[in-house]
Amino acid sequence: MKTVESAQAAGPDRAQAVSSAPPAKPPRPARGNRDRLHGLLMSAPAVVGLIAFVGIPFGYAVVLSFYNVRLGSPLEPAFFGVEHYRRLFTDPDLSGPFLRALLNNLTFAVVVVPLQTGLALALAILLNRKLKAIGLFRSFFFMPVVFPMALVAVIWRLILARSEQGLLNSLLDTVTFGNWGAFDWLGDGLTAMGSIIVLSVWQGVGFQMVILLAGLQQIPGELYEASELDRASRWQQFRHVTLPGIRGTLVFVAMLTSVLSFRVFDQVYVLIRGGGLDEDATRTVMYQAVTTAFDQNDIGQASAVTVVFFLIVVALTIVQRRVVRPDNED
Amino acid sequence: MAMTRTPVRRVLDYTVLSVLAFVFALPALYLFLGSLKPSDEVLNGLSGFLPTHLSFDNYTAVLDSLNSDSTGYFWQFMGVSVLLSFVVVTGGLIVNSMAAYGLTRLKWRGQNAVFTLVLLLMLIPFESVAVPLFYMFNGQRNTLLIQALPFVANAFAIYQFHTFFKKIPTSIEEAARLDGAGPWRTFFAIIVPMSRPVFASVAILTFLIQWGSFLWPVLMVSDPSVRPLPLEMSVFQGQQPPDWGQILAFGVLLVLPVLIVFAFFQRWFVEGVASSAVKG
Repeated sequence: MKTVESAQAAGPDRAQAVSSAPPAKPPRPARGNRDRLHGLLMSAPAVVGLIAFVGIPFGYAVVLSFYNVRLGSPLEPAFFGVEHYRRLFTDPDLSGPFLRALLNNLTFAVVVVPLQTGLALALAILLNRKLKAIGLFRSFFFMPVVFPMALVAVIWRLILARSEQGLLNSLLDTVTFGNWGAFDWLGDGLTAMGSIIVLSVWQGVGFQMVILLAGLQQIPGELYEASELDRASRWQQFRHVTLPGIRGTLVFVAMLTSVLSFRVFDQVYVLIRGGGLDEDATRTVMYQAVTTAFDQNDIGQASAVTVVFFLIVVALTIVQRRVVRPDNED
Repeated sequence: MAMTRTPVRRVLDYTVLSVLAFVFALPALYLFLGSLKPSDEVLNGLSGFLPTHLSFDNYTAVLDSLNSDSTGYFWQFMGVSVLLSFVVVTGGLIVNSMAAYGLTRLKWRGQNAVFTLVLLLMLIPFESVAVPLFYMFNGQRNTLLIQALPFVANAFAIYQFHTFFKKIPTSIEEAARLDGAGPWRTFFAIIVPMSRPVFASVAILTFLIQWGSFLWPVLMVSDPSVRPLPLEMSVFQGQQPPDWGQILAFGVLLVLPVLIVFAFFQRWFVEGVASSAVKG
């Protein structure tokens, strides 16, 4: 193998490429031909994999969403037109939970995006200093990111447990000198979403923090020195040096968080199934897709949910590209 | 950064950071402490934080209770998770880096079209193909292969390799080529060794995501013999009545491998995450 390759790659075609006789068509040196084959060969495994496991299934989701399909059904899949989509938005049985799921995702995003981005920025600024052991602190805040979401859900199931023995209830009871008692944080429709938000932010904020920290470190130190010479206050420094310096990163992080917040599934699934989480207050679009496909065996309907989910994510991503592009191009 | 700091400010900085870090660490602390305490002392108000009656009994109990064909074996869950992560990470590094090199550094017709296709596919999150994949591969449910295969080729990984490769000066490759190396040899002998940082960060990010993977196993796995750890975590916590000590011990065993990897490769972790985002 090796000898064949090196023999092929030897001098001649290099020389040819340089001398390139006047051609009728644009010059195609021999090396280009070989590159063509090898480029294709090298890309093939991953590209085939992507087409098989992302491209085709995605197209298939669109097709399935127009059919009435069930697993193990003796009937042939029947063409259903836009019936699945109509049901999602107007059939009371289906649109109730689905629109609730959309609303829940939206609530989650509207709260989590500013909360998590703001908290991440605050942490990043706190940690962007030359102090001893600062690396240790950074690891501390990043640590929850490595926790699998299924585990995070279980830990918080204990913290938010409804009995008086639950950690949060017990803490509140102590602080209020025994006037708190039991409260079902996960099971109460009013606090269920808040609980999911808190545990998700705890798990995810380190990720955004690290990205913002990298953005902060790209701001030239001279800018701060100059602003100090101008006697800028810390707030003025933040407003006029820090914020403009990481605007691009900040927008990127906010957009990334908003896309991620539409993908929420694991923690909701675990806690609804085994943790007494209020289902209606926390079901998400992905939760709807999974329960429709898996529990109700309605593949066509679930595919329609998937397609709507995808359109939302793409819309968010396009906005993200638009906003980030101008000042983030290298 | 370059701000002048008085000793007072420094003390203040440390205090604020320590308090925040402490609050932040509480849930994790609760997990580790609880896993070492008798089950009836875990869900026990604030005294759940008291380090009383510590022992490894919960750990041995987890191994004992997950020790039959009907419940599955603990080491089997662990083995499945390790195997899947290994296949997805190593397989992914090979095919995605190769593809990125072919698409970034070699010139061939259709290259731009294929690269655009990869970028488009990067827009499609796994969540939006989970349902059709579940339908397409229903015959392969409860196999290891179908748990790993969809995650090997990864458009985002290709993109990360691409951003790294495109910064390598062409002169390095030209020199290799002049010395008679073909594209494969140039890639494996020259490009791969000088691209360690991107390989490390892609590997770690892939491992992190794969280790916690939950949605796909929920859809595809019911048989305990091929069930990965996070899915078993959700099964195990659903037991009635819950044995909290054991559940938390199971949780520690689930997170320990990633924590160890994180401790050793932290730098790549953080750099990989940050650079791909800031420069992307």
